[in-house]
Formats: sequence, structure tokens, C-alpha cells
Amino acid sequence: MPDVPHGTTIVSAVYEGGVVMAGDRRATVGNYIAQRDIEKVFQADEFSCVGIAGTAGLAIEMVRLFQVELQHYEKLEGTTLSLDGKANRLAAMIRNNLGLAMQGLAVVPLFAGYDTARGEGRIYSYDVTGGRYEQHSFHSVGSGSVFARGAMKKTYRDDLTEEETIRACIGALYDAADDDSATGGPDITRNIFPVITVVTAEGFRRVPDADIGALVQAMIAGRMTRPNGPNAPLD
Amino acid sequence: MSSPFGYVSPEQVMKDRADYARKGIARGRSVVVLTYIDGILFVAENPSSALHKISEIYDRIAFAAVGKYNEFENLRQAGVRYADLRGYAYDRADVTGRALANVYAQTLGTVFTQESKPYEVEIVIAEIGTDTSGDQIYRLTYDGSVGDEHGFVAMGGSAESAGTVLAEGHRDGLSLDDALALAVRALSQADNGERRTLVANQLEVAVLDRTRTARTFRRLVGPQLDAALGAEPDESPLESGGDKGDGPHATT
Repeated sequence: MPDVPHGTTIVSAVYEGGVVMAGDRRATVGNYIAQRDIEKVFQADEFSCVGIAGTAGLAIEMVRLFQVELQHYEKLEGTTLSLDGKANRLAAMIRNNLGLAMQGLAVVPLFAGYDTARGEGRIYSYDVTGGRYEQHSFHSVGSGSVFARGAMKKTYRDDLTEEETIRACIGALYDAADDDSATGGPDITRNIFPVITVVTAEGFRRVPDADIGALVQAMIAGRMTRPNGPNAPLD
Repeated sequence: MSSPFGYVSPEQVMKDRADYARKGIARGRSVVVLTYIDGILFVAENPSSALHKISEIYDRIAFAAVGKYNEFENLRQAGVRYADLRGYAYDRADVTGRALANVYAQTLGTVFTQESKPYEVEIVIAEIGTDTSGDQIYRLTYDGSVGDEHGFVAMGGSAESAGTVLAEGHRDGLSLDDALALAVRALSQADNGERRTLVANQLEVAVLDRTRTARTFRRLVGPQLDAALGAEPDESPLESGGDKGDGPHATT
């Protein structure tokens, strides 16, 4: 694989009233950390966001084009695309990258948004061929996704509040960083925390760093006595 | 070679085209554009809530038009395409109202001289700056002429009388409510001196709002518009004037 920066772990989860997406801040070139404060979760439009894993350069460019396309459609037509329409458009863009993906430069985004017609948050994952898969409850992509998904399985409940869902995502990213060298954990010495976005009926919102910092500090305090995170009941 | 039968001088051709375009524009209802403390306000008399005369072009740029709908809609779409392509190819900061006005001037000028009929439209491209001194309003007419306007513009059927009201009432630093009241007063003033009462559902109102980030264009609709219109001082209400815009060209 060429020596270009790669992005790593994105976690997303729905809750009553919206959807949360969180991404770590590390970009790697092999064993080398290319950037420690990269942002991998973006606003796509007023009611959706997209997180990227895979080849950072191609993925960021794809997101930029996706944002322009959504806004262009909105301005020309005077109305926004449906959430499914946006998800399908992103699928087509990923499919267009198939040639490069086969050469090792894959882009695998995670797309989430608030479906204003249905009144609920929804999550879509993709494969490199542009296959689009709607995910229920929560999902994760990137090299640390297996660990993040395992953590989410133990902490996620569908009756969590927005803040609790954010805390579950922060914990899942911490567990991903714990076991995957390409995923960055919260950098408390530099105040570099995961990017966390929320989409609700009121639209897209990025959670301020100060708020995330407080949640991260609380989580780390808990991990001082229980490094593997909260215990889930056996059955 | 002797002059061919039916020769018409270029002067006459241009004059006829200009008259034709002016007549088309004069049939339609009016639009006013004016600056206020936090940006630029656009108000159109437009009974349709779906066929817009005022539109967002880019983060800080908006478009207003009078005349023939299909023609200015064509120009609007071209403008959105131009702006989005530029912003994607370079950077969002590189999309400017001035460059867009130039493109429109070229298009309108070419259509005026080379096509069989000129566009019966008049448009405004407005861009907000970081403060009032950076606000720009460009007015483009059917022949491709560009005017760099200061403070306010009125165009359409009763542009002259609306312009007079604006000239009397407009000053720098108007609040949004005051600017909207002035705009409605200007649009209510018919060229024959009569005054009409315009209500919220006859108006299309939008602003480029400096207090917003990224996309500054915002439509004022529903309760928000009613509340803003409530600030209008009660002027002697006369009956609504005759419908202009129902000419053979379906001018809106």
C-alpha cells in the first residue's frame, strides 16, 4: 500500500431524537503518526454528517464534493434530498473510486443523519464497491472498529439520552485506541479530544471541545480504577 | 452592393430590442433590495411561495430578479452552477459577487445582441461583507449593463415610485424591522400614486444575515415574517391595486 495517511475509527449511534457520530483524531502512515489532530467527522448538510476511514486524502476530497453536491441540489431544486437520496449519492461516489480502492486506496465512510420525514436518526455504512447498508442502533468503521463495536455492544442501549450516547461513543473510541495502534486516544496533555457531532430535528451540531473535555476527564477518572471500562452484567 | 430590401439600421434594432425588454419588465411586479445594519434585505411582491424571485447563490451572495420567470430562472441556475464550481475548484472565499456580476453581464450582453430576442429580465446580485462598508449590490439590466448600487435598488413594474420611497427613507444602519417596513412601503407605492396594502402572503422576503456563519441566506416566512411586518407603521390602507403581472408573457 502506498505511504499515504490513513484515517481510522469512527463510531455512530442513534438515540431517541437523533444520532451521534464520533471520530478519533489520528492519521497514520504505516507505523508513523502523520497527524494527531486530524478531523474525520464532517457536516454533510443541515441534517446529516459523514465520518471517514481509509485513505485520508481521497476521503476528505470525497466529502468536499459530497457537501457541494448536496448544497447544489438544494439550491437548484429549492428542496433538500431525502436522507436515502443522500446515502445513495454517497454510494455512487464510493463506487467511482473502486479502481483506486482495488489498488489499496480505499475510502469507507460512515454516513448518518436525521430523517426529517420519519423523525429518527439513521446510520448507513458502505463497502468499497459502493454497497450501501443501513445499520440499526450503532455502527463503527475503520481499523479500530472491531474493538469499538465490541465496546458499544456492552454499553449501548436504545433508551440512552443524547449525553449518555456520547459517553458510550467516547468509551468505544477509547477502547479502540487501547487495542488498535492506528487509533488515537484522547490527548489530555494537548486537549485533543474526539470530534463529536449530533444531528437532531434542530439540525447538525458539533459538540464543543470544552464539553467533550469534561466527559473525557470523567471517563478517564473511571478508568483509573477500572482500566477496561464499565462491567456489563453476565446475563 | 446596394443595401438589401428591408434594411434596418443597427441603432433601430437595438432601440427596438431595448423597448421590447423594457415593456416585458414593466409588466411585472417589483422587487426591492436594501442594506440594513446586519446585512442586505430582499423583498419581492410575489404571491407564489414556490416560484421564487429571490434566491441563495452562495454563502454570502444572493440573487433577485424581475421579468420573465423562465429566463431569470435560467440565469439563477447558471449562477448557482458557476458559484458552486468555483468554490469547489478553488475555495469558498474565492466566490465573489463581482465576478458573478461580470459573468451575468457577459451573458445578458451576448443574448441582447446575438439572440432573436433579448431577455426580459433585470437582476440584482448582492453580497454582504464583514461590515456594512463591505456590502455590494450590483444591478444588471437586460442589455448587460452593470450598475454598482449604494444602499438600495428597486426594479420591476413600479420601480420608479418604489425607488423614490427608498431614496427618501433609506439610511445606513437601519434595523431589520425598519428596513422591512420601508421596503413594504416602497412596494405598496404604485406608479400612479395610489397606495396598496400588502400582506405577508403576497411577499417574498429574505436576508443575507451577517450574524450567521457559512450560509448567510435566510428566508423570512410564517410567524417570523408576520412578527417583522407587525413593526410596520400603520399607513392609510387603500384597496389592493390591479394585478400587474398577468400579461401574455406570464411575468411574475
